[in-house]
Amino acid sequence: MDVFSDSANIDTYVTGFLWILKLTAAATVGALVLGVLLAGMRVSPIPVLRGFGTAWVNTFRNTPLTLIVFFCYFGLYSALSLELSDDIDTNNYWLGVIGLSVYTAAFVCEAIRSGINTVPVGQAEAARAIGMSFIQTLTLIVLPQAGRAVVAPLGSIFIALAKNATIVGTIGLMESSSAMKELINANGDAVFPIFFVFAGTFAIFLIPTGYAFGWLANRLAVKR
Amino acid sequence: MRITRLTAVAGVFALAMTAAACGGGDDDSKSGSASGIVGKASSDKKLVFGVKADQPGLGLQTGGTYAGFDIEIAKIVAKGLGVPETGIEYKTTVSANREPFIQQGQVDVVIATYTINDERKKVVNFAGPYYVAGQDLLVPIASTITGPEALAGKKVCSVSGSTPAKRIQTDYKDAKLQQFDSYSKCVTALAAGSVDAVTTDDIILAGYAAQDQYAGKFKVVGKKFSDEPYGIGVKKSDTEGCNKINEILKASATDGSYTAAWNNTLGKSGTPAPELDVTKLTNCA
Amino acid sequence: MSVTDAVLYDHPGPRAKIRNRILTVVLGIAMLAVLYWIYTKFDDKNQWAGPLWKPFLEGETWTSYILPGLWGTVSAAAVAMVLSLVFGVIFAVGRLSDHWWLSIPAGAVVEFFRAVPLLLMMFFIFFGIPFLTEEPMPPFWAVVISLTLYNGSVLAEAFRAGIKSVPTGQSEAGYAIGMRKNLVMREILIPQAARAMLPVIVSQLVVLVKDTALGYIIGYTELLQDGVNTLGANFGNTVAAAIVAAIIYIVLNASLTFFAGYLERRTRRTGRAPRSPKTAPVTTGTVADGAATI
Repeated sequence: MDVFSDSANIDTYVTGFLWILKLTAAATVGALVLGVLLAGMRVSPIPVLRGFGTAWVNTFRNTPLTLIVFFCYFGLYSALSLELSDDIDTNNYWLGVIGLSVYTAAFVCEAIRSGINTVPVGQAEAARAIGMSFIQTLTLIVLPQAGRAVVAPLGSIFIALAKNATIVGTIGLMESSSAMKELINANGDAVFPIFFVFAGTFAIFLIPTGYAFGWLANRLAVKR
Repeated sequence: MRITRLTAVAGVFALAMTAAACGGGDDDSKSGSASGIVGKASSDKKLVFGVKADQPGLGLQTGGTYAGFDIEIAKIVAKGLGVPETGIEYKTTVSANREPFIQQGQVDVVIATYTINDERKKVVNFAGPYYVAGQDLLVPIASTITGPEALAGKKVCSVSGSTPAKRIQTDYKDAKLQQFDSYSKCVTALAAGSVDAVTTDDIILAGYAAQDQYAGKFKVVGKKFSDEPYGIGVKKSDTEGCNKINEILKASATDGSYTAAWNNTLGKSGTPAPELDVTKLTNCA
Repeated sequence: MSVTDAVLYDHPGPRAKIRNRILTVVLGIAMLAVLYWIYTKFDDKNQWAGPLWKPFLEGETWTSYILPGLWGTVSAAAVAMVLSLVFGVIFAVGRLSDHWWLSIPAGAVVEFFRAVPLLLMMFFIFFGIPFLTEEPMPPFWAVVISLTLYNGSVLAEAFRAGIKSVPTGQSEAGYAIGMRKNLVMREILIPQAARAMLPVIVSQLVVLVKDTALGYIIGYTELLQDGVNTLGANFGNTVAAAIVAAIIYIVLNASLTFFAGYLERRTRRTGRAPRSPKTAPVTTGTVADGAATI
């Protein structure tokens, strides 16, 4: 464990996980908002919105995240001149957040859509019978019930998001996988301790989170 | 009946997989052969060279073939060891896997813009240096950047975790460092104007600057701010092979093959061949 | 699914039809405008310039970079698919075992590998394992093993949820006619669970295909390494190459998904699926899990 007695190395480790934390936090919000919107589009009465939602899901769900993050840098930033910050790390951070959100939103959308399927048809029919519009039916009746049904899958999506945040390292952010790579390169004799500390940190945070979502899902489940 | 059909599908799948496995996993067959490269060269008449695949002028994979200065050096070494050109197998390495490739015996020799340093000497035996490169900057032709001191506040790109990237981080803290996993991405970013400079060894940069599609767009600043002696990596235990490669290099300096190697690759842009300093071939341990 | 979709709004009357049509036109134009804007911006940076795209019209570009890269991707993915399905079944059954000395270690393994990012795992297997085995670890196997451990663990959980969703009457009936535990699992539970979990399994396999792209970290030559980095170094067209690679991935994964949809429809039609996972109330959102795997 000598590697982790060096304060510079501790610093690398902490900075790496802070980036992961910040990426996960911002992208969770982004993906949730985008994902709900996309799910709404996919079940909406307007064909062009349905088409848009479908195209989004099929495109981003089937492209490796590495490529999406690559396009965030070379497409959004280089070609479209979208500069989000003067600071190079902060800029790459936000580009990473966009990439992660856009990618994860496709999965959130599909989870919510299948959640909508678990809501009995009678609920929506009743809403329509009392004259509710599509928006009202969706936001007041269907989504609240669907939301309870998809807590568990959303949980696994956000846990995957936290792990996927490591991929933002490909555009130069020193997140934990880059940090681990750097430490291993500099301390080739300590591959095992370094790996177990990094992997262990992920496990310590993510396994309980998984159980917490499972517990929440059971509590919130609509008993029918 | 359904179960039978499922089993059948699974069977077909398994067959396809076996075929795939054969195709993909057959590159680990030559680990256990003779100890040193000299022995292997004389008994098998075959050697595996680890080279770069994405560095124009040095080691660039074009189609099924590799070309560049490193490749020419590999040919000289192979010839000196008595391996015919048909016995050379090239294997793409990236900066991150050069040491493990040598240690694990996946390649016999690494000639891949491989800087000799003390850390690497602990795990690898270096013949050479066959060339002394230096860190430099690649900038757009109209750029006003004249050297590393002028980088303050500018965006400079390099490969994550590489020596040049670390030097920027420690010695030129005012520069903003952008890191990617390959130099071609850095050069793409430079072409798009997203970064102000790309930094790494001068000959790597010269290779990019000389590419057709970038002709007249970039220039190498020409102010080295480090020495990067390029070595030829072999197994730590293979001192005999290491010394033998040094002898071959010495011979190539006098018989003109070294100069020819340069002139056929990096020298095409007009840079005269460097002098191979045979007194410095002393890294074998 | 289309049934529920249509249930959320009334069948469009004449006014709604006109409104939909107007919205379609307006939104359609807006989207086209955005696309055109992106196109011109890329054009400003000369990303559509002929020399960047010309290599893709030449057969040699495909035979020397893209197809070998694609083969690297497909072969690693195919081997890892089979191995992770096997891994998944073994660990799902292990975790459901009545013996604590089997179920606890199996659970720990599954939970651990689900929580560790693949990028870390791959890097470790490539650089760390050779220290233990003193044998070289070819990049191909490092990619396959790490993909198997991760996706196999996710599949193990999917199978477990599937096995639990099979009505208890099924296994009770099996025991009643004198079947042993092993036989009930093999002949009754797993076949039904596999069918119920087909959507989850397939979306995890799509994830697996995409994740081969992470092999770049250890220099495994797959589609991104050969078809984007090396190709880009030759022709200076990294962005163009990345667009082509993205399209190939999308086509590859969309066909996989399509094939799965076909299989699912076939299973449904025969009415042999144990019960539509939709109606499985207690297990934590089975059908939704289909989209939950990343």
